[in-house]
Amino acid sequence: MTATSHPLSAAVDNAPVELVARHLPWPLLVLLATAFGVLPWLGNDYWLNAILIPFLVLSLAGLGLNLLTGYTGQTSVGAAGFMAVGAFATYSLLLRVPGLPLPLALLGGGLIAAAVGFLFGIPSSRIKGFYLMVTTLAAQFFLEWVFTKFPWFYNYSSSGTISAPRLELFGYSLASPVGRYLLVLSTVVLLTWVAVNLVRSQVGRNWMAIRDMDTAAAVIGIPVDRYKRLAFAVSSFYLGVAGALWAFAYLGTASAGSFDINRSFQILFIIIIGGMGSIAGNFVGAAFISLLPIFLNQAGQWLFGGHVDAGQLQNLQKIIFGALIITFLIKEPEGLIRLLDNLRERLRVWPLRF
Amino acid sequence: MHATLKRTFVGAFLALSICNTLPAQAATDEQFFPLATYRVGAYASSGIPVWAGMIDYLRYINEVEGGINGVKLVWQECETEWTAEKGIECYERFKNGLNGAPVAVYQPNGAPAAYALADKAAADRISLITLGYGRTEATDGSVFPYNFPVMLTFYSEASAFINYVAEREGGLDKLKGKKIATVYHDSAYGRETQGPLKLLAEKYGFENIQIPVADPGNEQSAQWRQVRQLKPDWVFLRTWGVSTPVAIKTAARFGFPVERIVGDIWASSDEDVLPAGSAGKGYLALTPYPGGAGFEIHKRIKEHILDKGKSDLKDPKSFGSVYYNSGLVNAAIAVEAIRAGQEKFGKRPLEGDEGRWGLEHLNIDAARLETIGFLGLMQPLKLSCNDHEGGGAAKVQQWDGGQWKLITDWVQADRQTLRPLIEAKSAEYAREKSVTPRDCGAES
Repeated sequence: MTATSHPLSAAVDNAPVELVARHLPWPLLVLLATAFGVLPWLGNDYWLNAILIPFLVLSLAGLGLNLLTGYTGQTSVGAAGFMAVGAFATYSLLLRVPGLPLPLALLGGGLIAAAVGFLFGIPSSRIKGFYLMVTTLAAQFFLEWVFTKFPWFYNYSSSGTISAPRLELFGYSLASPVGRYLLVLSTVVLLTWVAVNLVRSQVGRNWMAIRDMDTAAAVIGIPVDRYKRLAFAVSSFYLGVAGALWAFAYLGTASAGSFDINRSFQILFIIIIGGMGSIAGNFVGAAFISLLPIFLNQAGQWLFGGHVDAGQLQNLQKIIFGALIITFLIKEPEGLIRLLDNLRERLRVWPLRF
Repeated sequence: MHATLKRTFVGAFLALSICNTLPAQAATDEQFFPLATYRVGAYASSGIPVWAGMIDYLRYINEVEGGINGVKLVWQECETEWTAEKGIECYERFKNGLNGAPVAVYQPNGAPAAYALADKAAADRISLITLGYGRTEATDGSVFPYNFPVMLTFYSEASAFINYVAEREGGLDKLKGKKIATVYHDSAYGRETQGPLKLLAEKYGFENIQIPVADPGNEQSAQWRQVRQLKPDWVFLRTWGVSTPVAIKTAARFGFPVERIVGDIWASSDEDVLPAGSAGKGYLALTPYPGGAGFEIHKRIKEHILDKGKSDLKDPKSFGSVYYNSGLVNAAIAVEAIRAGQEKFGKRPLEGDEGRWGLEHLNIDAARLETIGFLGLMQPLKLSCNDHEGGGAAKVQQWDGGQWKLITDWVQADRQTLRPLIEAKSAEYAREKSVTPRDCGAES
């Protein structure tokens, strides 16, 4: 663009094209490098199998629900039902399509879950709020029933459970804890990256417009129904992949009972405690929900084990956990991620108050 | 938080950590006995007496018998809440032993955890003992080397039930034309007997009626109305948790005689009949570990543990309850397996593979049962590479309104008839997972 053909002054003409200067996100890169490079070699079976893998899968499930509830404002208590669809669909694909590589099976499981989610999202065009929540509750119970009722889904196994087929990628076995951890980590990182970009895109902005006020969103020309259904589909895709990973990379087995209503609530709590409408909040929430009880248990065992009645010790942990949830929600109803943000702001200006 | 309060907490923390670090010294001459327990959650009330039975037996072994051939047992609890996730966490925490004391065998104590751990434990070469639950097809030890659904699988349970009915009707040939209904909890557990009952119905010619009860089963009018219409000769009750007392009460309301209802292993405890009140009087139940405090082992435990105040039991009334006895039997199987392994590997703590050898060469005959004080409480049990179940018998007990009365001796299941079903399932599993079955003839 030449100055002569332009009516604006030179100063404006030289103004930066990008409004936000982009820094490399160093803390994130260091975190990723640690997760990929250091943890697999440092972590033992206990850390990988019992702590990191479930934490990552639950974060992904939280992310899926957050896209629907936190970003689009459609409360769902059927998250586990869609996880079950993903798990059983992936199992079917691996079992019945010979030679299908694992990533494609995961993708397929996610897509089938997305289709089911789309189906259960259709009522969202007519009903809202608590009523919509009840339809997702129906989805939860219906899907759980389907995977118990029809033996085809679990390949006629006598116990109704499916177990992980051999996890392989390009001939490498992923059956070891490190292999499964890397599979989960790569999937979660990839899907998180997609989600971050999705919520910044037109789609994400439309979702947030619908969340904030769907009438206003309709007035400015957003096809509200379509975007709600899209949110259901995308959310179910994430949940489906999370369900497949939960079944095969973490538990190694699954039945309809692994995805009951309690799992749905667990995921809902993750996003409420972590922070609605925040990507990082899912990870914080999942850490809180899945890791804190283990920490409490270990601490309880180490401190009181053998001195206090085991049953009372267990109940005490439940009480402490519940009390912590209440405390955090009173202190910061917007979730832990907001609490952390506030803390960071404080530290930045420390020792001044503002 | 007030500063003084904080200081108190820190003080208590330090004091406790000191008194905890003292006894935690490395002990390599001890055998670790991991206890995956559930003391909170929906099933806590059934779990608590089980752990009491287990811990009391372990204390008895340590304090009275001086350990297993001199090898003392150490144990630690880990809460699973009967879930798969916590079960995995506990297993991972325990699998490498405790302060140098190794794990010989592992009891996941809960179906979800048992399924989730099946592959992991095989990879770690640790055997899982699942009494009365777990994969039925794991009976075929050539495909499942590290899974032991000992004593009574759901298939054997179904067959033992049919054999008991035949006994009452006057012979297997009398079963022809009889109507036998199964009222089952509509879950994987409840559906598991459908296969064997179908096979047995074809073989003996009885009418096989299946009536599902949706979880949790606290309303069963529809089911029992159906039972009343069909008028079955016998009802096999395969419910669990709250659905059992509700079934008994609803059956009474619809006028179905309670003496014709036979509960299965998970509907056979005191906790299942007590809430049903007087309706439960006369109710029958199958069990591999009958209730009662009159067995020899109870006398020994009462003398050495209970009366000395060392019992883990909170409620002394539970002594000799079905669940308490199940804890005794579970612990005894593990202890005997370790003992069998010590015969080969020497009187020292055993590792996972040595524990497995012990399990596969376990042979608890009547004489051995008498020695350990379990005669009558536990059936003779002989395991091998091919047969990870052994036994396959149950006793039938009847609730008299106050306690269980044994009304039969061991009713044996027809395991030969059901074996092809099990082998078909295990072959299917082997194909799905690309497992090459090991040759049991080559191992001895």
